[in-house]
Amino acid sequence: MELTDEEKQILCAVRDSFEIPEGAYNFRVNGKSIGRKSTDMIEVNPKQEKSGLNIVIKPGTKNESVHIPVVISESGLKEVVYNDFYIGDNAEVTIVAGCGIYNCGGQNSVHDGVHRFYIGKNARIKYIEKHYGFGPGHGSKILNPVTEVYLDENSEATLELEQIKGVDSTIRKTIANVGNNCKITVNERLLTHGRQSAKSSYSVKLLGVNAKADVISRSVARDYSKQTFNLAITGENKCFGHSECDAIIMNSATVKATPTLNAKIKDAELIHEAAIGKIASEQLIKLMSLGLDEREAESCIINGFLK
Amino acid sequence: MLELQNVSFSVKDNPKMILNDFSYAFPESGLVAITGPNGSGKSTLAQLLMGVKTPTKGRIILNKVDITKKTVTERARLGVAFSFQQPVKIKGITVFELIDIALGGGNDPKEVGSYLKMVGLNPDQYLLREISSGLSGGEMKRIEIASVLARNTRISIFDEPEAGIDLWSFSALKNVFKKIKRNNPDNLIIIISHQEKILEITDEILVLESGKIIKHGKPEKILSFLKER
Repeated sequence: MELTDEEKQILCAVRDSFEIPEGAYNFRVNGKSIGRKSTDMIEVNPKQEKSGLNIVIKPGTKNESVHIPVVISESGLKEVVYNDFYIGDNAEVTIVAGCGIYNCGGQNSVHDGVHRFYIGKNARIKYIEKHYGFGPGHGSKILNPVTEVYLDENSEATLELEQIKGVDSTIRKTIANVGNNCKITVNERLLTHGRQSAKSSYSVKLLGVNAKADVISRSVARDYSKQTFNLAITGENKCFGHSECDAIIMNSATVKATPTLNAKIKDAELIHEAAIGKIASEQLIKLMSLGLDEREAESCIINGFLK
Repeated sequence: MLELQNVSFSVKDNPKMILNDFSYAFPESGLVAITGPNGSGKSTLAQLLMGVKTPTKGRIILNKVDITKKTVTERARLGVAFSFQQPVKIKGITVFELIDIALGGGNDPKEVGSYLKMVGLNPDQYLLREISSGLSGGEMKRIEIASVLARNTRISIFDEPEAGIDLWSFSALKNVFKKIKRNNPDNLIIIISHQEKILEITDEILVLESGKIIKHGKPEKILSFLKER
């Protein structure tokens, strides 16, 4: 694969390496696949009718991964990509996505990624998605991910969703339908700075008996950035749902969090916790008393919080 | 070595002096306790030594250097460590990371864990835990003390180390101080405390009242003075 230094930088940010991974993969650069591989257990096929992939993970697949990073380095490129994952019964797989935009021009670059996961019985997935932007251009770097997760009996999904830095605007939607004895865990980490804006919404429906959800969002809003969170959990059966929204707010940033818990029967146990605030001065002083200067202490707190 | 010269402290718009023309030269080494009733100025004195507060008047001298206006970081780097009365919780920072920072960074878990053992905590159970609401007050207090021990500075200040810990931990805490004193005979340890059991293991006690020293001396003398009051 011929990649520019900026494209390599994006890949390193969103998946720690620009090298081709082991297992199945599809590398998408500026709207085109520049490398794709299926394995015996994981089929990666392009969609015929629209842009995106059908990824079929065969029943019983164990200890395999699929990497589908997206890189945009062409200023002004706008794309909508649909990736559908069909995870067979009893499969256990790690899916590494992530998208980065390098914008050196004056036009907005946009990637809207719609990922749908159909998770079979007793299957387990771990989905890692990192978003990153950089570049000297005036054009915005815009990423709008939609993640839909449909869990069949006894299955489990862990989602690690992270916006590292440099994304000017994002509207993130996460939807989950959780079946009998299924569990979804979401860890979202979000950093905004400058005049960036981020809107993140969750709609988690606990449909099955003993369905569980644990949605944890931690964010840092700096400078003049704006963040909005809407977290909704609906319990339609005997279930347990927990959501937590913590934000550190700095400078002139704003953060708005709106939780909604909707228990449709008495056996639905739903909890929400939220805390928005600046870095406590005692936290800075504690770290300064260990020898860090104020800037190092602040950075340590933010990095730890977003870890 | 560490000296307060005519230090006064009051808060804005309140004429009451929390510390009033306070002068004292700490010994080079040993265990010194500062005690006194609530509102006597003990914790303010600790915060002035740490650099969180600046005296309204007077000077603080450390090794012949005027540190009155030096920041918390500068004082920490000059060899002053401080244990908070209320340990601070920080989401996302693990016990390992906190103590590793105190040690200067880049340490392995075994080295970091050795400081937890000193305060009676099992490293395997604590190193990876966040210093946040998942830990009890007693656990937080022991971790706080471990972070100060890890700094191994010439001067350590403990603000009410006994606050918020159970009886068993208190007994263990007393032994920790005895051990620090034994293993670091050249270091100065300053403890702000009300507890007789802590006061009796010190080398010298200062009794504060209304922002002034009303008595100081060896524990035997001061403890009987306190009992008579």
